Amino acid sequence: MIATRRRGTLLMDILLEAKELTKRFGAFTAVDGISLQVKKGEVLGFLGPNGAGKSTTMKMLTGFLAPSSGSAIVCGETVTTGNVAARARIGYLPEGAPLYGDMTSRGFLAFVAAAHAIPAAEIPDVVESAAGAVHLQDVMEQRVETLSKGFKRRVGLAAAILHAPDVLILDEPTDGLDPNQKFEVRRLIEAMSVDRAIIISTHILEEVDALCHRAVIINRGHIVADGTPSELRARSRYRNAVTMLVPGENAERVASALKRIGGVAKIEAASEGNKVRLTVVPVGNADIAEAIGDIAAVSNWQVSQFSVDPGRLDDVFRQATEGDGLNGNNHNRGGEA
Amino acid sequence: MKSVMTIFRREFASYFATPVAYVFLVIFLVMQGLFTFYIGQFYQREQADLVAFFTYQPWLYLFLMPAIAMRLWAEERKSGTFELLLTLPVPVGAIVVGKFLAAVAFAGVALLLTGPIWITVNWLGAPDNGVIATGYLGSLLMASAYLAIGSALSATTKNQVVAFILAVTVCFLFLVSGLPMVLDVFTGWAPDPVVEAVANLSFLTHFNNLQKGVVVLSDAFYFLAVIALWLWIGRIVIESKREAG
Repeated sequence: MIATRRRGTLLMDILLEAKELTKRFGAFTAVDGISLQVKKGEVLGFLGPNGAGKSTTMKMLTGFLAPSSGSAIVCGETVTTGNVAARARIGYLPEGAPLYGDMTSRGFLAFVAAAHAIPAAEIPDVVESAAGAVHLQDVMEQRVETLSKGFKRRVGLAAAILHAPDVLILDEPTDGLDPNQKFEVRRLIEAMSVDRAIIISTHILEEVDALCHRAVIINRGHIVADGTPSELRARSRYRNAVTMLVPGENAERVASALKRIGGVAKIEAASEGNKVRLTVVPVGNADIAEAIGDIAAVSNWQVSQFSVDPGRLDDVFRQATEGDGLNGNNHNRGGEA
Repeated sequence: MKSVMTIFRREFASYFATPVAYVFLVIFLVMQGLFTFYIGQFYQREQADLVAFFTYQPWLYLFLMPAIAMRLWAEERKSGTFELLLTLPVPVGAIVVGKFLAAVAFAGVALLLTGPIWITVNWLGAPDNGVIATGYLGSLLMASAYLAIGSALSATTKNQVVAFILAVTVCFLFLVSGLPMVLDVFTGWAPDPVVEAVANLSFLTHFNNLQKGVVVLSDAFYFLAVIALWLWIGRIVIESKREAG
């Protein structure tokens, strides 16, 4: 409904915008000129190694820290440490989901609701529906400090969403959760993303695939890559690499045959039981699958699994954030410019 | 105003979330009793007033008020809820005031529980209840001034013990500046206005005035000014500690 009302004004759909955000702590520049936009309905993954400036950026977006220069705008309001109106539009889950341990889940959520100036009469309903969304019903009367990590995280999430904010900023929402809890939280974020703009920071790459429409990789306070997960993956050295499983006794014969094919950069081998997984990396991401397939068909290699790699996010992540002078790194920088 | 109340309610309730509050109240009442009956010699004086009760309060508060105030901000900073609190749509000023008022209310509860001593003195004789009322007012004002100092210093550290020691130290300076041992240092050489100014800085001077049953506006105003000053300092400390997390 909102979309139709706002049709024609495309700019209105940008709910969160950072313009050249910079944060210096003394001589150290933690965040150096980060600009990004998040549209309604979009989940942006904010990636980077520890200490890259993810949390600092998020603290500036939520008005906890004042930027040294640049600005952040949420739904038309400039975020400052004093602008209460901008903060009211944001739901924020700080890193580690800090909570008041001595309160019950219900008490804590009611406090957050009151702080958002929700009328007292509506607070019980608001708390109940936020708690329902994250399945907290069974622990509402328990003190927060007695809850398991997964439940604590859910209490934090409920507190971030209860005032139905337009922008959700979640700092490592699944950090420290077990795989089932991670799945649960991801499903929740997905469900909430429909008419919101969401930023999640993470260093878990599977999360980006599972959740994000777009990913931004930052390193040392700079954006080093920005694109959809498949666009990023396409930058990987492993794009179009061919992976196959062959019996151990054939491995060497196969490898030497593969080396003779033109356009093969290198072959990686990893043993799996009595079989060997061979990964053939092409030069310049060239399509070598067909050539290899042809040879495999005529030679008796007994290939049991054969797949073409779409590219690997972890590889792109490493290229983008590790050292300088790597080919991939330059490639990414070029892509940015 | 509404957001001050929101912060106040949470903070006040959190005092009673652990047994520490009750332990504190018991210690306060026992200490207050000891000072009044043994050191202050309430019965031996054979006078229907609460002088023995109020005289030692500045010293009792010197340790008990920083104990109430030490957790106000240090705990938030240690547990990380500092960030949560400052990203809620509540002005920082409202948070500072709300937390301070919660501490004052807790001190007020402690003071209310000394009611039996007032009943006793009325039962035994016919005291001037007007004097007692201004005494209680002065007591609460002084407690609030200690709490404002404690609150500001609590924001300087993540460690409650450090916050406590800092607050006791600063409160002690405010307390003793009216005592002869401090004033004697100045009387020999400094001009009278300077000596008077130092004496006027003291909580003791103003508290004693209020105890005599004279509500001198300037004494009440003195405490209110000290409170306002330290709340303002507290706010500045909090703003500067955002950077440190």
